[in-house]
Amino acid sequence: MARLAQEFIARGADLELVGIRKEFPGFTAIENLDLHIPAGEFFALLGPSGCGKTTTLRLVAGLDEPTKGKILIGGKDVTATKPHQRPVNTVFQSYALFPHMSVLENVAFGLKQRKVEDPMTKASAALDLVELGHLAQRRPQQLSGGQQQRVALARALVNRPSLLLLDEPLGALDLKLRRQMQIELKAIQMEVGLTFLHVTHDQEEAMDMADTVAVMNKGRIEQMGSPEKLYDRPHTVFVSKFLGQSDLFVGEVVESNASSLSINVAGSKITVPKDRAEKHTGTIAVGVRPEKANFHESEPAPTSGVNLIGPGEIIDIRFTGVSNQYLIEIPGIGEITVFAQNVGKSPVTELGAKVWVSWKVEHSFGLADLPENSAAESLSEI
Amino acid sequence: MRRFSLGRYTLPVYSVIAIVYLMIPIAYTFVFSFNDSLKTNLIWRGFTFDKWLNVCQQQGVCEAFGNSILIGVISTILATTLGTMIAIALVRYRFKARSFVSLLIFLPMATPEVVLGAGLASQFFSMGAAKGIATIIIAHVMFCMSFVVVTVKARVASLDPALEEAGRDLYGSPAQVFWKITFPLLMPGILSAALLSFALSFDDFIITNFNSGPAMTFPKYVYTAAARGIPAEANVVGSAVFLLAIAIVVTVQVRGSVKAKRLAKR
Repeated sequence: MARLAQEFIARGADLELVGIRKEFPGFTAIENLDLHIPAGEFFALLGPSGCGKTTTLRLVAGLDEPTKGKILIGGKDVTATKPHQRPVNTVFQSYALFPHMSVLENVAFGLKQRKVEDPMTKASAALDLVELGHLAQRRPQQLSGGQQQRVALARALVNRPSLLLLDEPLGALDLKLRRQMQIELKAIQMEVGLTFLHVTHDQEEAMDMADTVAVMNKGRIEQMGSPEKLYDRPHTVFVSKFLGQSDLFVGEVVESNASSLSINVAGSKITVPKDRAEKHTGTIAVGVRPEKANFHESEPAPTSGVNLIGPGEIIDIRFTGVSNQYLIEIPGIGEITVFAQNVGKSPVTELGAKVWVSWKVEHSFGLADLPENSAAESLSEI
Repeated sequence: MRRFSLGRYTLPVYSVIAIVYLMIPIAYTFVFSFNDSLKTNLIWRGFTFDKWLNVCQQQGVCEAFGNSILIGVISTILATTLGTMIAIALVRYRFKARSFVSLLIFLPMATPEVVLGAGLASQFFSMGAAKGIATIIIAHVMFCMSFVVVTVKARVASLDPALEEAGRDLYGSPAQVFWKITFPLLMPGILSAALLSFALSFDDFIITNFNSGPAMTFPKYVYTAAARGIPAEANVVGSAVFLLAIAIVVTVQVRGSVKAKRLAKR
């Protein structure tokens, strides 16, 4: 055991999941998962509860066994090994600090198990890293949520695992503390150079911290890439609405040339560049991010390279600080959302105003699938 | 105008009566352990410490008491060990007939002791086992185990499985995780199960009487002696056990509250 851990002790290792399938009695949590996380990367698995992300994490930790498939850490097949034989440590969602031990003993636990020399000194140093050195003798239950979270992080990091697993570790913290911990976590990851696998349902957290985000849904990875790419060019309805908000339009492809195609949505023509569309024929869904859309009080002259729909009516205005969110009802199309930056010169602010909505063709994206219900809908709130 | 309130007087009076009612047998036993009695211990003949100081002079009292302690300790160790293992298995592992086994565990608690005792006695008889301390221990382990399982099971159920997973994740082998994480966290439940087992075993008369043969236990001694008049020494042993039990409860409570105060102070 100690020997195996020794082999990996030098910095982060890469993780590879090959053809993973996990069945539980009565349901399949993971259908068929292939995943490669390069060494030293901050990788986020993002998805709603029940999508299989936590199961994936437990498989990597060795707490569950895959029904099928292989798990490789640093090129070594660890599928058949037990959790204590893997160079992996986990920060649990509930922190799982041992209530019968002091904070220091908690942090030293892994070191003592591996018979590392001088565990108490090393544990103290790890506690200093998370700025909790002065609370070393307390019991975990005497600490605040944020402090417990940091103890859990120190307890995992002190072992210098090649792979650190984070199971929604910030879920229980309030917003301010969460932001602070996100920054700290990211800084620690850069400093120690470990591979982080972070499981979360918070899209902002994933986009903010991760180098690569994999969006998971119903036991599959829907799309994977850098946060910027995922946001700019979602491939499926699920990704377009789980990562940020999207206005989606569904229609038949009526025009197609070398570089772009257009769909007909209730008489309006909406164009999308071909290299930004997953499907080029039949009925497809085209979307745009609400902050990329503008609205106009009078009908603008049609311009090439700009999609224009309307007129519609403003039916709701929400002030969120940095922006105003307008809900616009367009006859035949439905409700769409437009964000306007709050930069002082506020556009229209009255409910019931008649407006046209436009956005640049290059901001459109075409999806591989269709939204479940109506022909056109606005997928705003999650 | 002040209204006459029934609750003002009824509740305190009722409470006092109830407590007196509960305390009379204990007080009687305690007081008469100081009685300067002759053969029987029915009439107050004057105060003495003699019976407390020379408790073993009365024939059989101490031997019976010693047997009861021995049986209690061995039964408790066996029942607590086996019961804890069953409790963990029932909560942590999914297996066929799990709920059926859970139900079976309750049966000895629900069955009348006379039936259990008689049933066991006939089993020992048909096996040809000689009745004695060994058969008593077997019988006591049987009925104590149910109580241990029920007590420890509640504790296991309230134990967050993530704690054991964290132990495994932090390089603990299954055995190490059990002794360093699971066992210490189950300790309060296991301790109270052990105390309960000992109390049940020490106190048992019915099942013991069926399966003891010539072996004498304290309850059996008192029962037999009652025919001729219970000697004051029996009162001494009874009172001593009672005081010991109270002392244990008080110690545990005081320790708990001191600990809580210390934690709150920090």
